[in-house]
Amino acid sequence: MASLRCFLRSGKNAVSAVLRREFHRTSPAAVQVTVRDALNQAMDEELERDERVFLLGEEVAQYDGAYKISRGLWKKYGDKRIIDTPITEMGFAGIAVGAAMAGLRPICEFMTFNFSMQAIDQVINSAAKTYYMSAGLQPVPIVFRGPNGASAGVAAQHSQCFAAWYSHCPGLKVVSPWSAEDAKGLLKSAIRDDNPVVFLENELMYGVPFEMSEEAQSKDFIIPIGKAKIERQGNHVTLVSHSRMVSLCLDAAAVLAKEGIECEVINMRTIRPLDAEAIETSIMKTNHLITVEGGWPQFGVGAEILGRIMEGPAFNYLDAPAVRVTGVDIPMPYAKILEDNSIPQIKDIIFSVKKTLNV
Amino acid sequence: MRKMLTIISNVLRGSASRNGARVVVSARTYADFTPQATFDIKKCDLHKLEEGPPLQAMLSREEGLQYYRTMQTMRRMELKADQLYKQKIIRGFCHLYDGQEACAVGIEAGINLSDHLITAYRAHAYTLTRGGTVREIMAELTGRRGGIAKGKGGSMHMYTKNFYGGNGIVGAQVPLGAGVALACKYLGKNELCVCLYGDGAANQGQIFETYNMASLWKLPCIFICENNKYGMGTSVERAAASTDYYKRGDFIPGLRVDGMDILCVREATKFAAEHCRSGKGPILMELQTYRYHGHSMSDPGVSYRTREEIQEVRSKSDPISMLKDRMLSNNMASVEELKEIDVEVRKEIEDAAQFATTDPEPPLDDLCNHIFYNNPPMEVRGTNPWTKLKSVS
Repeated sequence: MASLRCFLRSGKNAVSAVLRREFHRTSPAAVQVTVRDALNQAMDEELERDERVFLLGEEVAQYDGAYKISRGLWKKYGDKRIIDTPITEMGFAGIAVGAAMAGLRPICEFMTFNFSMQAIDQVINSAAKTYYMSAGLQPVPIVFRGPNGASAGVAAQHSQCFAAWYSHCPGLKVVSPWSAEDAKGLLKSAIRDDNPVVFLENELMYGVPFEMSEEAQSKDFIIPIGKAKIERQGNHVTLVSHSRMVSLCLDAAAVLAKEGIECEVINMRTIRPLDAEAIETSIMKTNHLITVEGGWPQFGVGAEILGRIMEGPAFNYLDAPAVRVTGVDIPMPYAKILEDNSIPQIKDIIFSVKKTLNV
Repeated sequence: MRKMLTIISNVLRGSASRNGARVVVSARTYADFTPQATFDIKKCDLHKLEEGPPLQAMLSREEGLQYYRTMQTMRRMELKADQLYKQKIIRGFCHLYDGQEACAVGIEAGINLSDHLITAYRAHAYTLTRGGTVREIMAELTGRRGGIAKGKGGSMHMYTKNFYGGNGIVGAQVPLGAGVALACKYLGKNELCVCLYGDGAANQGQIFETYNMASLWKLPCIFICENNKYGMGTSVERAAASTDYYKRGDFIPGLRVDGMDILCVREATKFAAEHCRSGKGPILMELQTYRYHGHSMSDPGVSYRTREEIQEVRSKSDPISMLKDRMLSNNMASVEELKEIDVEVRKEIEDAAQFATTDPEPPLDDLCNHIFYNNPPMEVRGTNPWTKLKSVS
């Protein structure tokens, strides 16, 4: 039986391989762009477009960015607009917020969001709440960006996911791109937004190339904040994810497809405001929900989604309890075998899908 | 009939005395008052500065009357707030500024309205000097829709143009102020930012981070430490290893100023502003001042200091009395004139308090507004899943 399944699988592979050879995978005008380059382009274009936009953070200027996201920008725009800061997060985040209050449009880079904890008071109390406290007198057009979540071998203090922490707070928008197009379109939107936006990147995604359509290459290409995207259509189960985990969901979906299970993969793109409607619409089709995230389970992104689904119209469409696939509830260990088993793997998603579908 | 006669006679009597006073005042205005005088002011202690502000200050009659009026307005406004708080019409936090009036008025006299200012939570007086009205300030304290922040901010979160509050987190306003200064430099409009904090906040790490960056980048920022001797209930000797707050900026030049003398504060501010505007970078001023009230309305203010101490400052160094004495002894104003200002101020405060107690509270459909700026209307979850509230920018 297993060998038959194996044969069928390879046969299907052969067919699709042939098909692949017939059609171009990339349309003529599309190019392959890494997430890193997409972010760089977004910042470059917005710096050019609006004089009030500037970037500050550790090593963003002369070092070209700790992760090279701001490569070339200092050479092009100079000291006034690309500012290297000392290693003083609370201070420079506060300075960035003050600059935003006084009419500029800063991009404040945290080398990783782990360091943003030192500055979190400025993000929440000075940035997020001010427009409300002033009853509309004082907007704060600022973007806080940087890599978030687990990386590779950087251990507990450098691996935390802050999506849930920031998404908890009214007054903030929280964005978590996956692909290069996401990165570019959403960062441009974030910079143009007149409100504080927390922009959660992922270090492991920086080097990953994606096809970028001709449309996405345009200087005016933006992706609206607050709208999820269906990356893969399916009928049997809805997988909701953000950032790097979207890749894992798609990989899991590809494996499951061979067994006849079609997953609908939703890329959240924005965590706050959450596009509950997109998720609900999908559940009404598939009747099953699994959320997938890299962060810890308690009070996390998945917990919020499940709560909303319970409270909303989609609950009646569920044929099984909605579940979450999350990072393990521990500080991130260092040893590779331990680290690998601390975050969701493709097999965990597949396992959860089959449990949910009872197959 | 008797009632009518009484009313009529009162009116006539009233207008007669008013006329009398007016006649007296107008006669004296033209001929008798000194239009301007020069006063000796205390020398400021200097840190990393070759020279400091001048040792003499000129005061014109108009300036003097205006400073007097503003300080008196502040004083009466804060005392009225005290009253309203005790009547439970103001709730939550209420940090009063009486005693420190010379700082707020003196600083504003040394800068322009086009400059920027940010302070901590003892902010009612600055809201006034930065363009707010007594009415909107008091209505904000009582949480009404006519408040300067529509009732949504309260005592610690009042804003006007070029005034960034009103900040509740101790010390957080200092990096913000440097950020405003960065914007000033970036936009090249020759404006500066006055960034205030207290002796308690002066020990905060983020302030030292800010000193570093402001100095590195030569930001046009005047850091001002309002040293009123107590951080809540902790005296400066018990909180700071070095109480020379004007030196704590280390590489930033500093001056220690008599914060009870409005002319001293004004001259020091002018000096500091000149320093910033000439591109030399930040400068630090320590204003030695005193608050009569406790830290906030929930603090009687006598468990960590003596009543004698408070009384001594009131009798020897009150900023309003000092200005009044100066003007009277130099024939720059009359007793009656100043009394008239007092009466007018009292009336203004009464009217404002009346407004603040009768204006309705904000409407419930304002609850979820002002989350985002320039955003399409959105839904906000209420306390339960069925309650969906509307939010507009």
